[in-house]
Amino acid sequence: MSGPASTGVPILRLGDVLITGLLNELDDKAALAFTHELTERISADRVRGVLIDISRLEIIDSFVARTLMELAMMARLLGARVIVAGMRPPVAITLVELGIELVGVETALNAEQGMAALGWRQSPQPPEGAHRDSTR
Amino acid sequence: MRGRVEEIADRWVRLQVQQAALSGGTSESELREEADTLVAALVTGLDSALPIDRVATSHAELNRAVTDLSLNRARGGESPTATAMAVLALKEALLEAVQESTQDSGELFSAALLINRLLDGAGALSFDTYVEGREEIIRRQSRQLLELSTPVVRLWRQVLGVPLIGTLDTARTQVVMENLLQAIQDQEATVAIIDITGVPTVDTAVAQHLMQTVNAVRLMGADCIISGIRPPIAQTIAQLGIDLSTIMTRATLSDALSEAIKLTAGPLPTPDAPASR
Repeated sequence: MSGPASTGVPILRLGDVLITGLLNELDDKAALAFTHELTERISADRVRGVLIDISRLEIIDSFVARTLMELAMMARLLGARVIVAGMRPPVAITLVELGIELVGVETALNAEQGMAALGWRQSPQPPEGAHRDSTR
Repeated sequence: MRGRVEEIADRWVRLQVQQAALSGGTSESELREEADTLVAALVTGLDSALPIDRVATSHAELNRAVTDLSLNRARGGESPTATAMAVLALKEALLEAVQESTQDSGELFSAALLINRLLDGAGALSFDTYVEGREEIIRRQSRQLLELSTPVVRLWRQVLGVPLIGTLDTARTQVVMENLLQAIQDQEATVAIIDITGVPTVDTAVAQHLMQTVNAVRLMGADCIISGIRPPIAQTIAQLGIDLSTIMTRATLSDALSEAIKLTAGPLPTPDAPASR
């Protein structure tokens, strides 16, 4: 609990949303440090949502899964929503087979949809909109 | 006996034709060809130094002849009885031949004993091969079924459908799950509809497989709807006490599709959505 920012995982703030991503499999110590750092940031930056991108994770073991569930709960207690985005198909299959269902964790297909779920919208793009409505 | 190869083969074919009159099947010329090969192999087999009860299994040529015959029958859809009888008919043909060639009862008896042992070995081998041939057919068919029966189709923008036909087992669920999740990732679908109209029965195992699939889809960040639960299946699920309450279900595929379109059409409104800064 003494080593701040020891994970090396960047945590970015965009408005009232924190964005972070897990790169390779975390060992238990790094996972704990990550939890610690993220909760500190949630409370310090008073954010409303957290997006964790896991599209680069090839493996999620039961410990990381539990860390994610605990993170979701901690964030909820701190007043923020956690969205886990971009889980890969093999990872999802493995988790389900292990009987880990990440109860209480919101998921999104990719970072973009996760941000949309957190209330962020793409800036309106007239050319594309006009193109789409051209048949009318 | 060596001089009477032709005759034995002839007789064997005749006996088989008599049997085949009842069951129908292999043509006479094919039978003749089989018989020639097998009897020739038998003769060389007898010439070899192998012990008599192992000739059928250990003599390569004879082994191959018997194996071919049995496999052909198995693939041609003949019954096991017909296949066994075909091989055992050779015994009768041989016995007749021996009977004609000798009058001495002692010699006849020992020859009969020898033929019996030889053909019993061949019969056992034939049955083994027949079963093996059938199992190969079954394996191939189940593989084909697995390939055929798990399509993932795009029903709407961001909506995928999986029409399931037939019984779900672990292997199939695995394939369905893999295909579905891959398609969700590739096409960035947000809703997956699993239609089980074609699933005849749902028991606890099948329900658990469905739950697993739904949960995996949820983990990917998409929603899952199950449609097409028929009344008897609904009754079974309720009676078995399977809890599907966390799963979105709709009566028909069309209901599920309209629900899915509703889910995808909205701009994901959040009550206190602040404009992006």
